[in-house]
Amino acid sequence: MHTKTLTQLVDGLAKKEFSSTEITQHFINRIKSSKLNAFITVTEDLALEQARVADDRIANNDNGVLTGVPYAHKDIFCTKGVKTSAGSKMLDNFIAPYDSTVSHKLNTAGTVMLGKSNMDEFAMGSSNENSYYGSVKNPWNLNKIPGGSSGGSAASVAARLSPFATGTDTGGSIRQPSSLCGITGLKPTYGRVSRYGMIAYASSLDQAGPMTQTAEDAALVLNVMAGFDSKDSTSSDKNVEDYTAKLEDSIKGLKIGLPKEFFSEGLDDGVAENIMHAIKEFESMGASVKEISLPNSSYAIPTYYIVAPCECSSNLSRMDGVRYGYRCEDPKDLEDLYLRSRSEGFGKEVQRRIMIGAYALSAGYYDAYYLKAQKVRHLISDDFKRAFKDVDVVMGPVSPTTAFDLGSVKDPVSMYLADIYTLSANLAGLPGMSIPAGFSNNLPVGLQLIGNYWSESILLNIAHKFQQQTDWHNKAPKEY
Amino acid sequence: MNWETVIGLEIHAQLNTKSKIFSSASTEYGAKPNSQACAVDLGLPGVLPVLNKEVVSKAIKFGLAVKAKINQRNIFDRKNYFYPDLPKGYQISQLDWPIVGEGQIEISVDNNTKVIGVTRAHLEEDAGKSIHDLYDEYTAVDLNRAGTPLLEIVSEPDMRSAKEAVSYAKKIHELVQYLDICDGNMQEGSFRCDANVSIRPAGDNKLGTRAELKNINSFKFLERAINLEVDRQQDILEDGGEIVQETRLYDSIKNETRSMRSKEEANDYRYFPDPDLLPVEISDELMSQIMTELPELPSEKKARYISEFELSEYDAGVLTSQKSLADYFEKAVSISNTNVKLCANWIMGDLLAALNKEQVDITNSPICAEDLSLLVSRIDDDTISGKIAKDVFKSMWNGEGSADEVIKEKGLKQITDSSEIESIIDSIIAANAPQVEQFKSGNEKIIGFFVGQAMKATGGKANPKQVNELLRKKLT
Repeated sequence: MHTKTLTQLVDGLAKKEFSSTEITQHFINRIKSSKLNAFITVTEDLALEQARVADDRIANNDNGVLTGVPYAHKDIFCTKGVKTSAGSKMLDNFIAPYDSTVSHKLNTAGTVMLGKSNMDEFAMGSSNENSYYGSVKNPWNLNKIPGGSSGGSAASVAARLSPFATGTDTGGSIRQPSSLCGITGLKPTYGRVSRYGMIAYASSLDQAGPMTQTAEDAALVLNVMAGFDSKDSTSSDKNVEDYTAKLEDSIKGLKIGLPKEFFSEGLDDGVAENIMHAIKEFESMGASVKEISLPNSSYAIPTYYIVAPCECSSNLSRMDGVRYGYRCEDPKDLEDLYLRSRSEGFGKEVQRRIMIGAYALSAGYYDAYYLKAQKVRHLISDDFKRAFKDVDVVMGPVSPTTAFDLGSVKDPVSMYLADIYTLSANLAGLPGMSIPAGFSNNLPVGLQLIGNYWSESILLNIAHKFQQQTDWHNKAPKEY
Repeated sequence: MNWETVIGLEIHAQLNTKSKIFSSASTEYGAKPNSQACAVDLGLPGVLPVLNKEVVSKAIKFGLAVKAKINQRNIFDRKNYFYPDLPKGYQISQLDWPIVGEGQIEISVDNNTKVIGVTRAHLEEDAGKSIHDLYDEYTAVDLNRAGTPLLEIVSEPDMRSAKEAVSYAKKIHELVQYLDICDGNMQEGSFRCDANVSIRPAGDNKLGTRAELKNINSFKFLERAINLEVDRQQDILEDGGEIVQETRLYDSIKNETRSMRSKEEANDYRYFPDPDLLPVEISDELMSQIMTELPELPSEKKARYISEFELSEYDAGVLTSQKSLADYFEKAVSISNTNVKLCANWIMGDLLAALNKEQVDITNSPICAEDLSLLVSRIDDDTISGKIAKDVFKSMWNGEGSADEVIKEKGLKQITDSSEIESIIDSIIAANAPQVEQFKSGNEKIIGFFVGQAMKATGGKANPKQVNELLRKKLT
């Protein structure tokens, strides 16, 4: 049953081949026997209750497309009555008293939450090694990292522990783990999915999206997740399309741009080979390929690592040990309460980024760092605007390498380089996808698609056509 | 040495919206602690602010009223600092792009008018309240106030005395109430003043080092605090010392100011644009709509009272000094045939005196505007004399009924029947032959005696004018 895609499960539920309760119990059993550490919290009782309600809805023909489908929910989304930790000791005791908009939409659609998936603390990381709850293992090789920050979600879908998962992507956190785990992941245009109730890392970059086996599955999930939210001032009131509508459109004549900056030094040969193979596949389907330049993309890393820390240094100030979350024992005074609660509650990487951000925003440094970074951000956006005058989609690798060994990257700056190809889309606010495109040393390689603003349905169409020609997305790790 | 005082004020006016600036929680004052703080106000993980549009309209109203430039694109910033009553660890405020730019307002002190510059006015959210004296070991935090909309109005350092500062603060206080953007309640903290005070040798152009005075919740305290601070700075400078730039807290009980924190201890607020909020874009349509909705301003109203009602500059000034007073006056004179001047005198005289004495706000006056107007009409149509009217007013104040009811109940109607008055006068003349002789021999003043007798005989109800006329006729 777990080998089925989301689309196939939807079909089976509709035909009453199985009930939601049956598949929910099946996935719960798989999660419980899994050794991947993909979940922080498993919500078995709640899941079975939701499945029962879903089965009633299906019986009464009161169901939506996704009613009764189970999923893994990244532990960054507030879920009423359920622990919402964001992978941090700071929120280990935090039971969210309200639902995020994404959770609310998924609940209304009748989906079944299996549990809260593991992640890098406050979404800061590219390997999922920054979780207070321990690393997640890559199902393709248990000695490897799954990528991050949505590592638990990616591992869960790859190991068929859930038909789909939610993720959030601030600098690549949906696409990179999707690539490293061999699944399909979509980061929508900034403003497409509400951020309300999604614990903020970097507000101007954060965006939630679906993580699935196939593009078709991703379209179904995005249909539920997307939309304007009056509780999020940065969400767009642009009409939500039916993302499945264009899936079957022909991509003949599609113009693909390959930025030369995405194929320069640092790119692993095995990854490059698979990417070029995938591009050839598109050419065989009638697409044309053109080399383009995104001249400012080399500034994406320094720009991102100013903007994101600045915003997070302020966003995480609310975790002060006063109203909720971790509080140190026996604080001497207010200063001590703040100092120790935050030093003991936050992990090293989170503290590092808070320090960088606080420094960059300080009087006397603001213009040199934050303001300069905002200017470069505009330049990066302009690069893409120019590119999209000539091409329909930008393609390249998601990650310069396949999944690396757990514990192997110790230097934070080397770790930051893992995001080199994904950051630009966040800085520009563009939609991006990772789709399975082959293997190198028995580890998955993801192809990245970056589209123009609000072109999610075009990206899904391109990905779907590719997946009709290839089989990479159907590959599961051996024991799964 | 001669010193010149330089004062600038920062006024925090709480905007009187139903809900908070970035959440839908109620702003009502005095609720049970933490009962009016929703997830957004509590700064829970994941919540986001959404701007209350009413707040923008109210700030624009203020800007237009002080002839300021409205920044049709303005930006919210985060002011970062840690404090238990600041739930998010930052306050959403406006730094470089406030909604209201430079404007001005006219004040008058000792009959001299002066224009005070308004540097800017920006929107921000209020913090909660820390209560330090509730528990021995703990500080309690009430977040009901967190997220209440504030308009911070910053003046130029244009004031040269505590009196001028008070006059400016009162002007702004009066204005925000006229505009119906703030209830002006200083006790509840809806209107708060901080004063930046420095002194310099008279004639110097360079500003002296300033101290910022906080925690001032009445105009009386504003004047006292500034004067105390000026004296303190003078003493230091005259002893050869130096002023330290600092924030000082005014203690109204001890009547002193004391240092709260110096510039060196001040926070680096690490301001940056709030990424959760888009820049505010104000359309031309909204601007012109608010322009047409703008109420008559105090200065305009005063000018109209002078031209339309022929009131003196002083009377018009008094009646327009408070919106509620002007509203009362206008209601009273809206009743046809009212003698406007007489009405104004009664409001400024007996009514204000009674209100002051009993510490009652005019909006809660026991005598409503319609009733006062009726009383004035009864004087004007000779039903009662001005003197009797004072007694009627007292009865009305005590809730004994309307003017007509009191007059009827107590039989206070003036006697205007001349035959009745004539017969009374005849008997007085007959009974007081010596006085009649005095009058006839040229003592005109003695007429007062006869009037007094006549009034006494009628219990004050005779029309004095009529009595006077009849007496003269009979005696000559």
